[in-house]
This record gives sequence, C-alpha cells and structure tokens, in this order.
Amino acid sequence: MSATIGVLPPVSARRRRTDRVARALLGLATVVALVPLVLVVYYLLKRGLGAISWHFFSTDPTGAFIGDPGGIKSALLGTVEIVGLATLIAVPIGIGVALYLVEYGRDGRFAATVRYFVDVMTGVPSIVFGLFVYITLVIGGFVTDGYAAWKGAVALALLMLPVVTRSAEVVLQLVPDALREAALALGAPRWRVVTRVVLPTAAPGLVTGSLLAVARAAGETAPLLFTSAIVLGTNFSLGQRTNSMPIQIFNDVGQAQDRLVERAWGTALTLVAMILLLNLVARLIARRSRLS
Amino acid sequence: MNARGRSFLERPLRARLPDLWMRWILTALAAGILVLIGYFFVRLIVEAQPALSKFGVFGFTFDNNWDVSRSIYGALPLVVGTLITAAIALLIGVPIAVATAVFLTELCPRGARSLLTILLELLAAVPSVVYGLWGVFVLIPKLKPAEAWFGRTFDFVPFVGPDVAGPNYFIAGLILAIMILPIVSAISREVIATVPEAQKEAALALGATRWEMIRMAVLPYSRAGITGAAMLGLGRAIGETIAVTLVIGNAPQIGHTIFSQGYTLAAVIANEFGEAANNQLHRASLIAAGLVLFVLTLLVNIIARAIVARSGRIKTVGAR
Amino acid sequence: MSTDMTTPDKTTPSTSDSAPAGAPMARMPGRPGAATAKAMALRDVHAFYGDTHAVRGVSLDYAANRVTAMIGPSGCGKSTLLRCINRMHEEIPGAYTKGTIELDGIDLYGKAVDTTAVRRVIGMVFQKPNPFPTMSIFDNVAAGLRLTGRKGSDLKERVERSLHGAGLWDEVKDRLGKPGVSLSGGQQQRLCIARAIAVEPEVILMDEPCSALDPIATLKVEELIADLKERYTIVIVTHNMQQAARVADTTAFMLNGEMVEHGATSVIFTNPTDPRTEQYVTGKFG
Repeated sequence: MSATIGVLPPVSARRRRTDRVARALLGLATVVALVPLVLVVYYLLKRGLGAISWHFFSTDPTGAFIGDPGGIKSALLGTVEIVGLATLIAVPIGIGVALYLVEYGRDGRFAATVRYFVDVMTGVPSIVFGLFVYITLVIGGFVTDGYAAWKGAVALALLMLPVVTRSAEVVLQLVPDALREAALALGAPRWRVVTRVVLPTAAPGLVTGSLLAVARAAGETAPLLFTSAIVLGTNFSLGQRTNSMPIQIFNDVGQAQDRLVERAWGTALTLVAMILLLNLVARLIARRSRLS
Repeated sequence: MNARGRSFLERPLRARLPDLWMRWILTALAAGILVLIGYFFVRLIVEAQPALSKFGVFGFTFDNNWDVSRSIYGALPLVVGTLITAAIALLIGVPIAVATAVFLTELCPRGARSLLTILLELLAAVPSVVYGLWGVFVLIPKLKPAEAWFGRTFDFVPFVGPDVAGPNYFIAGLILAIMILPIVSAISREVIATVPEAQKEAALALGATRWEMIRMAVLPYSRAGITGAAMLGLGRAIGETIAVTLVIGNAPQIGHTIFSQGYTLAAVIANEFGEAANNQLHRASLIAAGLVLFVLTLLVNIIARAIVARSGRIKTVGAR
Repeated sequence: MSTDMTTPDKTTPSTSDSAPAGAPMARMPGRPGAATAKAMALRDVHAFYGDTHAVRGVSLDYAANRVTAMIGPSGCGKSTLLRCINRMHEEIPGAYTKGTIELDGIDLYGKAVDTTAVRRVIGMVFQKPNPFPTMSIFDNVAAGLRLTGRKGSDLKERVERSLHGAGLWDEVKDRLGKPGVSLSGGQQQRLCIARAIAVEPEVILMDEPCSALDPIATLKVEELIADLKERYTIVIVTHNMQQAARVADTTAFMLNGEMVEHGATSVIFTNPTDPRTEQYVTGKFG
C-alpha cells in the first residue's frame, strides 16, 4: 500500500474531479438510504391519520364481513400486556447475565462461551423463537396447551434477552473499576458493591438499553403468530389468546378489504408512533447518564 | 483482643451467604442461556423428526417439490427463494450501507453527523410488518411499471424477464435491503472508526485527495470488518419473516426471473402454520424448515462474527 | 536538598484546629480510647500477576500509630504490596499473594479470615479521588457503614465525626445533600478519607493520595495525615520524596519488587546504608 502512496502524482484536474464525484456519490447514497424512512413515514401519515379517531382506540375489532370493522382496542392493550410481561421476564434475566459476565465471569472461558452464545442468539430469526415456544409451550404438554398471552411474552422475551444482555454488558463495563475498588476497600461484600454502587451508577444506561429492546419487541409479529395468536375481544387474562397490534396489521393486510386496510394503516401509524416515542425516551435517558 | 474466642477478622457463614447466593444465581442464569440454546436445538430436531425421517435430511432440503395437498415436502423452492431474496438484499443494501458509513465517518460535517446517524437507526425501528404493509400497498403497485420496463429492456440478462408478478423476489429483496441497511451501516461505521488516524494522515500527507485517502487507507484496512458486517446483514435477511411473507407471493416454486413469485423458509412457516396445526407431517415439515433456517443463520452468524472479531475488537456487534 | 530534609520526628502532633475537642477522637463504645491502633508485620510477602513476580519476599514491620512511607521508582511493587495488605490485590484476575501479613498477631491470609472483614479493619485511600457519583456528600461518608450492613441511629453523628476527622466538615456542612462529585479534587480526596475513617479502621493505606492534587490541596492532606496517625497506623505510598520526608516517621525503599532498606525517615534520607537507596533519594534515578 505504501508503494501506491509513494508514487502519487501531483493533484491533477482529473484527480480532483474524481474526488468530487466520489464524495458526491457517497453523500447521495446516504440520502438514498434515508428515502425509505421518509416514504414510510409519509404514507403512514397519509393513509393512517384518516383511520385514527376515538372510536378507533376505544372499540374492539368486530370481525364483521361488512360495515364497521371496529377499532384496535384489544390489539393496543394486548401489545402493552404482552410486551410488558416480556420486559418483566427479559430485563432482570438479561441484566443478571450481563452482571455475571462483567462482575464474575470476566475473561474466563465459561464467560466467553456464554458471551458467544448470547451473540449467536441475536442472530436467531424471530420466527424460530416463535416456533420454539410453540413446540415447547403451546403443544409441549408441560403446561396447559393452546395459545396464550404469556406464551407470546416468553417468545418476545427470548428475542429481547440477548439485546438486553449485550447492551447491559457494555454499560456495566463503563462503570469505572475505581468505584468497585472503593467499595470493596471499605469492606463491602461483593453483592452490596453490585447492588448499591455498580447498578445505581449504570442505571440510566441499563434503562436505555432495555427501552430499546422493548421498542424492538413491540413491533415483532412473527414470534406472536402461533404463541398468543389473534382474537377479537379485549382480555386481561394472560392465559388466553390475546390480540396485538402487529398481528392485527398482518391479518388486516391479508384480508385485502379497503376498510380493513385502512385500519391496518392506522394501526401501523399507532405502532410506529409508540416505538419512536420509546426510542426518543431511551435517548433522552442516555443523555443523562454520567458514563460516556 | 477478642473475648468470644473468635478473631475479629472472621465473619459468620450467615453473613457470607448473600454473596454466595448472588454468585450462584447469576452463574445459573448465565449457564441457563447455554442450556436453553442446547435444548432449543434438540427440541427442533425431535419435532422435525417425522418429516426428516420420511424425506431424509437431504431429500427434505433439496427436493424441488413442496406440495401440501399431496403431503410432499421438499424445501428446495424455499431455500432457493431465501437465498435469492437475501442475495438481492445484499447487492442493493451493502454498497449503500457502506457508502453511508464512509460518508458519516469521513466526510460528513460534524453537525449533521449525529442527526443522520439517528435517522439511519430509526430505519431499524420500523417494524417488519409495517415495511410489509408499505410494500404491499405502495411499493408493489408503484414499482410494477418500472420493473416491467427493466424486464423488457434487459431481457437478455440472466434471471431478468418481462413477466412481472406483483409480489416477487425483487420486491422482497428490496425491502430486505432497507431492513439490513441500518445494521450493516452501523457495524461498518464502527469498523471504519478503528482505522488508525496515522494511516489516514500518512495518505493525506503524501498529497492524496480525500477520496484517495478513503480508497487507499480506509477501505483496505476495514475490508474484513465490512465483509463481516455484510454477513451479519445476510443473517438478518435470511431470517426476516413478516415483510417477506407479505410481498413475495407465497408460491412454492422456483421462479424463473427475479420478478417471479416465490417463497422463503421463514415465510412458509408464518403462512402455513395455522393450517398445519392438525396435520402432523405438515407441522413437522414446517418445523424442519425452521431447523434449516436456524442452522443456516447460525452458520452465517458464526462466520460473520469470526470475520468481524478478527478485524478488531468490536463490542457492540448485534446489540442493537 | 539535604538541608531542608528535617527530621519528621513528630510523635505528638498538634491537634487539628478545625476539630472540636473530643468529638472527632471519640471511638466506638467498647473500644479503647486514643492511640490504640494496631501494629502490622509483613513476613516474606510475595505478590504475583499470573506469571509476573511483582513483589519478591518483603519483610517489614509497621509500628502502631506511625506513618510509614513506601518509596521507590514506578513499577517497583510498592502499590502492589499495599494492595496485598488489605487483600485488594487478589481482586485482579490471575493475581495472588504468598507469605504472611499479620495484624496484631492475626494472619490476614489465615483460613478463617474473611476478606471483607480485613478491608473493614484496613481502610484505603486511592490515587485518584473516587467518590461514588450517584451519592451525596453525606451518603458517600455513610456509604462505608451502609455497604458493610451496619445500621445505627447514630449515622448522622458518625458522618459528622468522620467529616471533622477529615478536616472537611466546615467546608461542606451546609451542602451535605449535594453530590460528592461536585467538590473540588482536594475536597473529594478528603471526602474519600472521611469515607474510609467512618468505618473505624485500625490501619489506613494511602496509595499516592496526593498525586492528582494541587500543592495547596496536597498540603491539607499532609496535615490531615499528621492528625490521623494519632488514631491509626498509616502506610503511604508516594513517589514524592519530599512528601515522604514531611509526613513519615519511617520510610521503606523498594526496588524491583524487593525491599532494599527501611528505617527512620531521617536516616533513609540523610544516611542510608545501601548505595541504591542513596542514589534514589539523591535523584540519580527513578
């Protein structure tokens, strides 16, 4: 490489032109990359805003073949319910595994293995998680068979787990060792060092990572298809089929009826707004973190 | 010094218990991940067994015949569809993603950089089903004339033809390209950021233009990392389900051109699972499709991670 | 250099002006009054980082209520030795210690001995001030008590007493609720000293406590050290020979992991027996 550098001719007009063109192309590619985002948001607003009304949020889908298709109340509440439960499962476990990796396992072989498989889990397609929960929990015979909200939550939790773990690990590593040493040198047992010093210091970063994982899980459809399935009415029982926004959209698109498609756009707009809001909150919290 | 006959430096077992507990619980959680993945794999194999033993592992994966009505399950059309759409996604997505990464790290004015980065990451925040919805009702109708023109004009190119089905491989690949763009771009940015300043300055000091500096110092140095990033994008593209299901046409055949309808492994599972619930062989075949998908993504990810890891320690790979 | 090298032979230091009489000196009930800190003895101490042999057979006595300075060029193992004393060395993966370290006749590396108990009895002040960023000034001082699981109604008094002891009370008494990291560097270091003495240790280890501080803050900490030795046995690692001469009763010189020479500070700086010590203290190397 140094040989190439060594024989550079003086900057000619041709080289200058190449430079300008190449830089313009790189900039253009960046603009092109953002075009889909702009288009998606544009169409969501254009087609989705019309669907949104109080009626849209306050009624369940009717399932009727003609007339009023109803709103998305059950889907909205179902998403909150399923994603909420998934968060309750994935965040403590994910942060626990990260704590193991940073505070106990460190650079040991076992920790390296766990870290590797957590990475591998991030690459597992979400539908495969759905399939796994289906064969173990929906038909497995361990528990009551059949679709249920909590089974959908387990599938989402599996999806969130590696994301939470990896982001938490990065944040925990940012906690200066000087603080751990200060606490240890005072005679604090390890568990108090972790709960009173490490976790509070890392808290904003941990919340950010968890919120981003929640945002990602909230939009997932594939793991819910055959775990929590779909139903028309609202229910708060975790043991029953439960509707959710992504599934509602998927189903409405499949029906190819104008009034259902309109509802799909409205649901999509609601879902994307919710996810963007989560992203925004996550970033605001990240800004408050004392760790860089 | 010590009236109770015990050293003041001792601590009763009871006081040490919380420490032992915490260590034990956290280790168990970590070990649980390994057990889970192992169990995961075993259960998939067991449940896929009826299909695999009837058609054979090889026969299931490479027979070009997926016929639900006649209970014949050969997954080749699905495997091929998966690979075609993923290839299209990489061809479109990776160059753009790498270009954005180079632009953002080397050329972009400081003020615009963080805004553009956030916008690029928001591309990943849009759910799959929303891309699918957009694909069905916007991309498919709007792009059809352009596809038809391209198919007629470049008919002589292999895998290009004038017959354009609404939902097809190309549309699926295009949407996948959009979906993998953020992760490929993010990892490429991290890789490019590790190029030593000294190498870049050496190029500039020798009179290289900015672009020549990128071509001579930045790109060669980060080539391995970018390859790994593309592989991770490939893993995503292979496993992506819902958006593809909505725009690929769900026809279990190998299409002749990129504008033909097709099917992918992930899409077949999403689409046929409902009807397969009471048909043991069909269900086992879908689970076997899931197994093939799992193994495929696993291999791609393992290779990708090996490449990225070799190109320098990057901690956050995939954590987004 | 040798003319201002006065003998720091102050066995009875003047009491701090900022400390109200009685209050900072009070000890926990059941423990005797002033001047009862414990002596320590190091016998053939070795420390390792994996295969690296960082401390090679150091034997040394730390007299009770005395300040001992550990000097030597960087990398000589003085900080590692310090971290062996409160068993912090073993927190580093792959690091271990051999030999005997006794506090008041009890082996700190004995089988039944608990590391947290060791650290409670042997406090430590670090090179860079490291107050807990999520805690207020008050909570930082109380941290030692809370982290070691000691509850008590006298928390407030003990925090106040420790802040008096660290000569910081008058500067912070009106803003105890403010974050600990809002203080200046020198104040943060004295906050860390207050945090260490709140636990009522016998020994205080200081690892280059002034290296991150400006001269005025350094002076304050040095004055504080002179006060503290009335109640604690103090070991201070320093690369600053003037500082060792100012604060220490005894000085030990280390080189390449070995103890070259130790003795009264005045002797080490004016009339050392080992030529290497002389070369070091006269600035020929290091």
